[in-house]
Amino acid sequence: MSEDIQAGLAEILEEVAGVAPADATPEKSFTEDLDVDSLSMVEIATAVEDKFGVAIPDDELGNIKTVGDAISFIQKNK
Amino acid sequence: MTDVVVTGLGATTPLGGDVASTWEALLAGRSGVSRITDDWAKEFPAQLVARLAQDPAEQLDRVRARRLDRSQQVAVIAAEQAWRESGAADAGVAPERVAVVFGTGIGGALTLLGQDDVLEEKGPKRVSPFTIPMLMPNGPAAAVGLAVGARGGVHAPVSACASGAEAIRWGLDLLRFDRADVVLVGGAEACVHPLPMAGFAAMRAMSTRNDEPERASRPFDKARDGFVLGEGAAALVLERADAARARGAQVHARLAGAGATADGYDLVAPHPEGEGAGRAISAALRDAGLSATDIGHVNAHATSTPVGDTAEAAAIRDSVGDHVLVTATKSQTGHLLGAAGALESVFTILALRDQLVPATANLDDPDDDAAVQALDIVRREARKAPLTAAVNDSFGFGGHNIALVFTTP
Repeated sequence: MSEDIQAGLAEILEEVAGVAPADATPEKSFTEDLDVDSLSMVEIATAVEDKFGVAIPDDELGNIKTVGDAISFIQKNK
Repeated sequence: MTDVVVTGLGATTPLGGDVASTWEALLAGRSGVSRITDDWAKEFPAQLVARLAQDPAEQLDRVRARRLDRSQQVAVIAAEQAWRESGAADAGVAPERVAVVFGTGIGGALTLLGQDDVLEEKGPKRVSPFTIPMLMPNGPAAAVGLAVGARGGVHAPVSACASGAEAIRWGLDLLRFDRADVVLVGGAEACVHPLPMAGFAAMRAMSTRNDEPERASRPFDKARDGFVLGEGAAALVLERADAARARGAQVHARLAGAGATADGYDLVAPHPEGEGAGRAISAALRDAGLSATDIGHVNAHATSTPVGDTAEAAAIRDSVGDHVLVTATKSQTGHLLGAAGALESVFTILALRDQLVPATANLDDPDDDAAVQALDIVRREARKAPLTAAVNDSFGFGGHNIALVFTTP
C-alpha cells in the first residue's frame, strides 16, 4: 500500500520537478533534498488529488516537508 | 564617449536554431513561412505564420521548459548561445556587474490564453501556479537573468515591435553610464495562437496570400498586403571595448550609437512620411558621430504592410539618403514583433562582418512610391559591398521608433 503510494508520488515528482524516481524516498525533504520549490509543491498537490483522490488543503501543504509526510497524509485521507 | 562592442550573438528563428544556420538560410533565400494546417485556422482570413525552425523542446531540458512560457524558452535559448559565445562567463565578470535587457512585444500570451482555457473548463483551482511568472512581460528578461546569473539589474522594455531594438539601446546606455560591465540584450516573441492572429487580422495588418506562403511577406513590393507573424528570439552580448579587448574577446562589431523617438501621431498608424522614424535615424547618426554618407547599409523594419513600408522608405531616404543598400529580411523570417529589432541587428552585424547585404525576397515589382523608387533595395541575390557602418531601424505600434548604428570593429 505505502509502496504503491510512494511509486505514484515518485511518478508525479519526476513529471513536475524532474526528480529521479530512485531519489523519491520517504526521508527526503522536498525543498532541502529534492530542490522542489513552493510553486511546484502546489502542482504536486494538484497531481496528488488527480492520482489518489486526496485533496491537500493549503494549511496542510505547509506541514508536508518530506516524501514520507506526503505518503502518510495520503494514506490517512484515502 | 564610451566605446561599446558586441562580443556574442545568439538566435533561434524560423530559419534556424542558431545564428549560423539562420544566416546561411537567409543568404540561401529560404523562407520560414508556412500555412497553418490546424483546424482553428480554416476560417481565418490570414493563415500564414513563420514558426521556429527548431522546437525549443529539443534545446531545453524538459522540466526547465515546462516552467517557461514559449517566449521565455526562446529568450533563454538565444541568450545562452550569445553568452557562451562571448566567453564572458569564463572571464570572471562579477555577477553584480552583469545586466540583462530583454524585450517582448506581447509577453506570455500562450500561457495567458492557455490558462484561461483551463479556468473556463476546469475552474480556478486548476490554474497553474506558474501562470503569472510565465505570462508577465518581464518574464523573458527574468528567465534570461536567472539563466546567466545576472545580478546587476534585469530590465524589460515593452514597445511592441521596437522592443528588441529598445533593449539594445538600453544596454548601450547602461554601459555608457557604467551601470554594468557586461549587458546581455535581446528580444523574444512567441504568440502564434488564434487570438493574436485574429486581432492582427482584424486590423487588416496581415497578409492573406494563403495559397503562396513563401511569397506572402514582400516588403516594398507593389503587391504586398500585410505582414506574416513569426516567432523566435535573438540576443547580443555588449561590453565596453577596452574591457573586451583586454580579455581577448572576439569582437563582432561596434554598437556606435542609438536614437529613439516617438511619432506623436497615431496609436498604430505610422506617420505617412516617416517623420519620427527619420528623426530616430538622424539621432542615432549624431550619437554615433557619423554622417549619412558613412552609412553603407540599412536593414529596414519593412514588415510588408502597405502604409508602413512607404513611410519607412521616406524616412531612410530623408535621413540617410539614397546611396545605401537597403534590405528587408522579414521577407524570409516573417515579423518577430518584439524580437525583430534584435534579430535584424544580428543580421546587420553579420552583413558588416561578411561585407554582404542579403537580398529582399519577393521584391518582384517595387512600389511606385517615390521614396521606394529612390532607394537601392537589394533584391534577387545578396550583394557584396565594402561596408563600414550600417543602420538597423525598428518601429512599434504606439509610435515607438528606434535606430541603431553598428560599425565594423
